Amino acid sequence: MLRLAPALIIALLVLPVAAGLLMVLLPAFGYLPALGGHGGSLAPWQMLFAQPGLWRSVAVSFTSGLVSAAIALVIVVLFLAASRGTWLDRSIRRLVSPLLAIPHAAIAFGFAFLIAPSGLLARLISPSLTGWERPPDALIINDPWGLSLIAGLVLKEVPFLLLMSLAALPQLVPEKRLMLARSLGYSPTIAWLKTVLPSLYPLIRLPVYAVIAYATSVVDMALILGPTLPPTLSVSILRWFNDPDISHRFMASAAAVLQLGVTIAALLCWWLLEQLTRLLARGWLTNGSRQRGEIALRVVGRSALLFASITALAALVGLGLFSLAGFWRFPELLPQMLTLDHWQRSGPMLVTPLVNTALIGLISTTLATALVLTTLENEHRQHIQPRRALWLLYLPLLVPQIAFLFGLIVAAESLGVRPQLGLVIAGHLLFVLPYVYLSLAEAYRRLDPRWLQVARSLGVSRSAAFWKVRLPLLLAPLLTAFAVGLAVSIGQYLPTQLLGAGRVTTVTTEAVALAAGSNRRLIGVWALVQAGLPLIGFMLALGLPRLLGSHRRELAT
Amino acid sequence: MTVYFSASLRLEQISIALAGRELLAVDATIVPGEVLTVMGPSGSGKSTLLAYIAGFITRDFSASGGVWLGEQDLLSLPAEKRGIGLLFQDPLLFPHLSVGGNLRFGLPRHIQDKHQQVTQALKQVGLAGFEARGPATLSGGQQARVALMRLLLSKPRAVLLDEPFSKLDTALRQEMRTLVFNQLRDAGLPALLVTHDLADAKAAGGPVLELG
Repeated sequence: MLRLAPALIIALLVLPVAAGLLMVLLPAFGYLPALGGHGGSLAPWQMLFAQPGLWRSVAVSFTSGLVSAAIALVIVVLFLAASRGTWLDRSIRRLVSPLLAIPHAAIAFGFAFLIAPSGLLARLISPSLTGWERPPDALIINDPWGLSLIAGLVLKEVPFLLLMSLAALPQLVPEKRLMLARSLGYSPTIAWLKTVLPSLYPLIRLPVYAVIAYATSVVDMALILGPTLPPTLSVSILRWFNDPDISHRFMASAAAVLQLGVTIAALLCWWLLEQLTRLLARGWLTNGSRQRGEIALRVVGRSALLFASITALAALVGLGLFSLAGFWRFPELLPQMLTLDHWQRSGPMLVTPLVNTALIGLISTTLATALVLTTLENEHRQHIQPRRALWLLYLPLLVPQIAFLFGLIVAAESLGVRPQLGLVIAGHLLFVLPYVYLSLAEAYRRLDPRWLQVARSLGVSRSAAFWKVRLPLLLAPLLTAFAVGLAVSIGQYLPTQLLGAGRVTTVTTEAVALAAGSNRRLIGVWALVQAGLPLIGFMLALGLPRLLGSHRRELAT
Repeated sequence: MTVYFSASLRLEQISIALAGRELLAVDATIVPGEVLTVMGPSGSGKSTLLAYIAGFITRDFSASGGVWLGEQDLLSLPAEKRGIGLLFQDPLLFPHLSVGGNLRFGLPRHIQDKHQQVTQALKQVGLAGFEARGPATLSGGQQARVALMRLLLSKPRAVLLDEPFSKLDTALRQEMRTLVFNQLRDAGLPALLVTHDLADAKAAGGPVLELG
């Protein structure tokens, strides 16, 4: 049984992606018998290329992915280089998991409320600095260049890359490298950049690629912050797929293939930039320069990440304010009165989406955790260390969702599986599984094997040792991994929307659906609920081990 | 080898304590070209003494006393400005740089003939032609020699050695001792060696201070 686990995981991750891609590729060339397409036609492509604004959509998707990833990476790297051992370092480390848990849509709404012409930022400086008595007529969110989309993406990518870096750092023993470099005369930030970063980057390369793939094809954030005329390629694809005109579905398939191409092109472009950076940095690493730029790098490194975190927190505060706001004239910073009206009116409507969200999240995360545990236990018993398989694990994160989810529906339908709750859960599993694995694997492998050897030598069987020794010792990381899985599931928009055929509603799909309207108070309520759910998960994950006795945890480390 | 003009390293009534208990007390002056050996069992605070002098002491320990290089007060400077080179048990060659890259990493920026200095340094320790090799392809003894040359190329004003020979094979150990102490003497640097191996102290040939 146990030996089947790795194969099962890989089949679960690879088969749906492969089937989905195939069932998008075929209709893109006119083959989809169910809709009367019997093959070999370039018509979908001709129709696609005739769409006005197509290349602008492509350009915005391509650049917002690359630029946001680059900015986020620079912020994270400079922070790590400049802040080691400071109070900032310690407080950000505590903040990073909760920040990461906030879903994309909630961050996007909160950020929009901050920077909109009538948002908190404009109120803060009006009318004192600007003289505005009414909101300026400016297109700040949904700007045609995708700048607000890029900024929103950066807010979400920074905590992800930071967490991945913090997880990878200990194995590089950065303290020793820094001590040595400083004894050779290098100032701290320069020392980190020259001695730790070159070894760290290869370890976070896959997460960086996942960020680029996600950002080039994101749907929910682009619906809220992205340009509208034309929207990003991913949003256009969603519209075309939902178009009642059948011919649009063939074109949408072609566009999904194009999206895959855009993402691959962005990844290739990044890879070339990597090579170029390596070439340019080679001389710098060993040119003996020890101090130059230290102060500037330190200031930027500390302030940029602090600024990003404060923005994300302010976005949450904004959501809260709007959800409670009564009458609120423009230049006033705070509402004249606070009211629970919006919450009370949303209450009954929240029930079904909340139940669905919890059900989907709990089932998919439980399945994912069980699968990951069996795989890790098998790894441990067979003494194997997967390196290549890691790429497969990242597959659902590297292939744009919008490029294979539609094909997945077609594939499921041809097998007689109708879009419904079960399919949504299976779809979530695809994205929850990699994150649960990534957050649990390191702790699992690092657990001192002597604990289990002691247990076995006391006459305990292998499986009893697993249940009675390993799981209790790993309780804290296990709960954290579970919370991560829940957060990932709660934040999913596209898989829920598509695999549920719009009939399975969660807090996320309902919140994003509100984007089209302009009722900010209602959006505030829903986005806050959406942001709050994963936070509750994280608080439980952090609190439970303490309730169950922290003295035992100390023993394990 | 060039002779550097270095000053004496003076350790002025240094006392190191952990949780209110004094671990060690040292008062000594090390003249250029001399190696002072501090001997003691593990847990006697030897490595903490080095961390204090080099500027890396952690907050768990409380330490007092002065560290002077000639007329300069080292404690007022950050670690990177003290000019104190460190040699550890592990050679700690950076894995992302070649052997030559590691040596260049040690060289000061303004040096003109870097290539020649690197070649010369490798030749001195019998590793001529190793510039392009990756550190991982070298044996433990070879890595230790590269680490020594990286340290010397950075032109330190004093050197601290933290049991630098304890991880080497017995056969290699004597050879490395001779090499390290000869190089330090030639460079005219004051050096502080902490160890629990009496043979290290004998090879160093300087005064010995026993702790604990």
